Amino acid sequence: MALVTLACRCGGYFVFSRFTPSAAVRRAMAHMPGCIFAAYVMPALIAGPASNWAGAAATIAAMALSRNLGVSIGAGVATVWAVSLVG
Amino acid sequence: MTSAVTFTKATFWRGARRSLPLVAGLAPFGFVTGLITQHHGLSLADCMLMNALVYAGAGQLVALANWTHPAPVLAAAFAAFVVNVRFALMGPVLAPWLAGLSPVKRYASLAILVDHTWAISVTDMRKGGRDVALFVGLSVPLWFGWLIASTVGFLCASKLDLPPHHPLFFGALAAFVALLVPLWRGRSDALPWVVAGGVSLLIAHLLPHTSWYIVAGALSGCLAGAAKESWVG
Repeated sequence: MALVTLACRCGGYFVFSRFTPSAAVRRAMAHMPGCIFAAYVMPALIAGPASNWAGAAATIAAMALSRNLGVSIGAGVATVWAVSLVG
Repeated sequence: MTSAVTFTKATFWRGARRSLPLVAGLAPFGFVTGLITQHHGLSLADCMLMNALVYAGAGQLVALANWTHPAPVLAAAFAAFVVNVRFALMGPVLAPWLAGLSPVKRYASLAILVDHTWAISVTDMRKGGRDVALFVGLSVPLWFGWLIASTVGFLCASKLDLPPHHPLFFGALAAFVALLVPLWRGRSDALPWVVAGGVSLLIAHLLPHTSWYIVAGALSGCLAGAAKESWVG
């Protein structure tokens, strides 16, 4: 895993310093970050308990308001905890 | 860059100071990563090595979600690639600054590249900043902070012995959900993200206990986004 990740971090720089990707490739890759995270999140939310949806909503709201990752994770976990205590 | 890139100690320490809120913000994510690593039966040595060498929470969590014993080398490597391939695009953007470092320092700095330090560095670079020490100053304390947070998370998990569906584990999913927010660029992201999520669900259903759904979803979303852009023009 370390080698692959290192290859990603350094290799990308190395490759791009020698080749220029086509406009089409660049257009597609521009969507990669959001799409990767969306692809990861959806199955986990569908497979998990309903409390996860409440947690996800709280996380999104907290992030939109605070722009702080720690606060947002905390808000999500606290919400899931609260729902599990009540429900 | 019209003028030469520099490396000053003053800017390094400025970067280090600016990294502190990042460390505080990332610490819960690191903690959760350590927690999840212990939960999947890895050892403390495994945890510390993984966090020091891979140093990519999102990728690690994806690989851990489908972890087996003995370690699933190919699946984990693939998970690492899919999630971390974005770094391959981020590095080149910093090329003007990285050129100001010796090759050894350049690749060492790249080795600890993460989203937040990259974003801050790019912003400074676009405003005319020329001191690569900012990137290095931001990156180094963050790496140490992450290593400490993940180790603490691991140790707490082994003491706490949490049940499988404890709310704390939601922290991992929360990290991803939270990171989606700054990634949202507007309504044009809706189609690619929905396609990514939809294909991901389908593949996860068809090929359970593997990580293919992430690649499939991500690539489908990218293609959908690119296709829509070329049609709309």
